[in-house]
Amino acid sequence: MAVTIGPAAVSLAQVAGSIAGHLGIPAEPVPILVDSIVWQLRLPRVLTAALVGAGLALSGAVMQSVTRNPLADPYLLGLSGGASVGAVSVVILGIGFALPAAAFLGALLALIATLSIARVGGTITPVRAVLAGLAIAQLAGAATSFIIFWAAKGDSYREILNWLLGSVAGATWNSVAIAGVAVVVVGTGILLSATRLDAFAFGDTSAASLGINVNRTRWLLLGSVALLTGAMVAVSGAIGFVGLILPHLVRGISGPGHRRLLPLVSVCGALFLVIADTLARTVFDPRELPVGIITAFIGVPVFILLIKRKKSHLWA
Amino acid sequence: MGVDLDRLSFSIDGTHILQNVSASLPTGTVTGLLGPNGAGKSTLLRLVAGIDTADAGTAALDGTTIGALPRREAARRIALLEQNASPSVDLTVLEVVLLGRIPHRTSLMGSFSGDHDRVIALDALAMVGASALADRSWHTLSGGQQQRVQIARAMAQQPSLLLLDEPTNHLDVSAQLSLLGQVRELGVTAIMALHDLNLAAAYCDHILLLDAGRLVASGTPAEVLTPELIGAVYGVECFILDHPRGGHPVIAYAAAAAEGRP
Repeated sequence: MAVTIGPAAVSLAQVAGSIAGHLGIPAEPVPILVDSIVWQLRLPRVLTAALVGAGLALSGAVMQSVTRNPLADPYLLGLSGGASVGAVSVVILGIGFALPAAAFLGALLALIATLSIARVGGTITPVRAVLAGLAIAQLAGAATSFIIFWAAKGDSYREILNWLLGSVAGATWNSVAIAGVAVVVVGTGILLSATRLDAFAFGDTSAASLGINVNRTRWLLLGSVALLTGAMVAVSGAIGFVGLILPHLVRGISGPGHRRLLPLVSVCGALFLVIADTLARTVFDPRELPVGIITAFIGVPVFILLIKRKKSHLWA
Repeated sequence: MGVDLDRLSFSIDGTHILQNVSASLPTGTVTGLLGPNGAGKSTLLRLVAGIDTADAGTAALDGTTIGALPRREAARRIALLEQNASPSVDLTVLEVVLLGRIPHRTSLMGSFSGDHDRVIALDALAMVGASALADRSWHTLSGGQQQRVQIARAMAQQPSLLLLDEPTNHLDVSAQLSLLGQVRELGVTAIMALHDLNLAAAYCDHILLLDAGRLVASGTPAEVLTPELIGAVYGVECFILDHPRGGHPVIAYAAAAAEGRP
């Protein structure tokens, strides 16, 4: 339905007709202009938004459980920023490296940096993790902007905004493929780990006493999150707050059990980002906002409510 | 059969935490692990649980070396209650107890015998007299209720060995007594680290007394809890009385701690 909304009027039937036409299903022919709006512009964009929303929400849910940190989120802990540096190195500087792989490496390095800065005496408190993540995210943001300015081609400011705030405006079928493969492959692996994630509820010792190989499981899952975040950032830049707030909101509906939480958070993340992106491209029509502005406007108040409402012992 | 510790040693960065601890604890007995702070009680429990690996020596349960078992296999036989554990998310009591079924899940996504797990979890809650709490949120429970639920979680693991790290911490007297009474009634082999010597004397069949990583004494409460040993390990003067209802020793401390404790 989000496909029908936009500067050019397109009906749901035309969307269906266009999709059917491309899939080789006989249907009412659609005008060529409408067809190319649907198939070349809007459909890849909506699908990319859905996949990125699902991937980010899933990443946040996993990080919060595995680090026992209700503030964990790929954006707050600097992973998205690190991934952006990796991605712009490829896109702008033309370093000969696959885009998602570079973003993954950036995310992984940022994650390792954040966790090693936050670790004092073998323990990581949620607050220290967020502070370390803030430092890494700032550094990564500066590096991203610097690289774009240095290369100085086209509209640098717009380019910087899109990477730092996130946007799915340039989404193509290539974006859909990158995000889709990551969400399906990594997401399936994560869904299969639902029980292991449950075991972390009381911490590492308790997880170990429930038969979990704690270190291996934690690094496998955090590595998966870096991979997922890398792929998401490669197609959309660093979109904030999806990974932070959706797991909290969805837990209220699904309960904390990961077998229900993980699938539901993916679906809700997808819906959330599709709606946010639809707002991003229609509110100031014909100008477009980076979707990260919308997610921050929605996410920050929800985040504040969560901080105020949550019992303090959960944050210690 | 039961638990056999054979010259267990463990060190961190060259500091000896445990040295050459050997003991044999028969099936069905409750053992108290005593010693001052830093004596190595928690470390010993973690080694027996198979969570940490000993530098030397072995711990065996019913003849099987625990360190040689895959983690999940060990978790089906041994449950560990750590000190003051609290979940990072809001869980109901039943959800906490169901965590104990994790080592028994078979397929990757968790078995589909959810009802079976539920029955076992509800039984475990009934065992500790906490059935009425099933739907309560964990964070609304009192300290005593939380410990009770933790024991139910451990029992849902259906272990043959139950390890408890200072289970009576922060509990009031009546909660302490009922909790330890509960552990005895379970009939499962148990090892618990305790600070209160009188509770150990009243509720344990066997006492292991640790000091600075070494096993100082091992035996019945009456054998181990003597003024000499307590003075040597804890540096306090005490008298041993007979409990009015008989059966176990009562430790009465002299008013002030003896001077000159290192």
